[in-house]
Amino acid sequence: MEPGHAWHDMGGEAAGAVDLSTHDYALWEKRVDALMVLLSGKGHFTVDGLRRAIEDLGPEAFETMTYYERWIASVSRNMVEAGAWSTAELAAKMEEVARRGGTYGGANRV
Amino acid sequence: MPHDHDHSHDGAVPHDHTGMSPSGHPYRPDQDTALSYWQVMEIAVRELAVERGLITPAEIAAQIETMDARSPANGAAVVARAWTDPAFKARLLADASEASREMGFDIGPLRLIAVENTDEVHNVIVCTLCSCYPRNLLGLPPDWYKSRAYRSRTVKEPRRVLAEFGLTLPESTTVRVHDSTADMRYIVLPARPEGTEGMTAEALAELVTRDSMIGTGLPRSPGA
Repeated sequence: MEPGHAWHDMGGEAAGAVDLSTHDYALWEKRVDALMVLLSGKGHFTVDGLRRAIEDLGPEAFETMTYYERWIASVSRNMVEAGAWSTAELAAKMEEVARRGGTYGGANRV
Repeated sequence: MPHDHDHSHDGAVPHDHTGMSPSGHPYRPDQDTALSYWQVMEIAVRELAVERGLITPAEIAAQIETMDARSPANGAAVVARAWTDPAFKARLLADASEASREMGFDIGPLRLIAVENTDEVHNVIVCTLCSCYPRNLLGLPPDWYKSRAYRSRTVKEPRRVLAEFGLTLPESTTVRVHDSTADMRYIVLPARPEGTEGMTAEALAELVTRDSMIGTGLPRSPGA
């Protein structure tokens, strides 16, 4: 990487052909989007905060995580930084959710 | 089974749509596989936010509904109005946020800029830094708009990228690439196709594709 040229600043880099295939968004992805819009809209964090935490994930995350996986990682981090809840509380909640097991639909309470 | 888009949906032959979304496309692979770490995080963040009274489930449902209701048809209505109403077109090119609001579309606080295609100039939009997109007028962006290939190459070799979309422009056409930011987004006002004289704004809107408003395509021709 050139000095002063962050990984997410991709303009002008060499890359392969554009993959034109598209997908419908899954419900959980739409919910991530809605969480971002609502929680930032209520002032818990900003769009710049969303981007900053995504950029902090590093270049590898861009290849290994999907778009909304990066978003929820960033929303989650921003909410902890905003003091909405602690990392320990988040971890406990995630453990509780994971114990519900099965599929995404099955792990939802509502 | 792979979904065949050429088949008739009103024919008498029953066929299997199992595993297909309501729009007839395959679900993303993560829709019906085992619960993933990131899905767990989404549920956890949502439940914590609801439990602490920061948001309500109704707000989330309403936001998703709003998002689902946005589609390129919104942008197409704006474009068709600009094609048929010179005064509106002037307002759109002067301040696209305000002109879109005038048509009842919520643009939020961001600044929207419409760039006009002419015989001499073709515009294309990209966000090299992330994935900023005129989502209020076009809905959520297609996957390729967010891809490394599109973000990296569009500012460097736009003609090659456009050719991959099947759009080959004459060498004499100037190609202008507009790089969006979180606060400033672009939408392309495509050139009105030939042979559309006398058509209503409603009929013209049918010709305006999503890609023609990104700049990776052109509007349809009438009758095509």
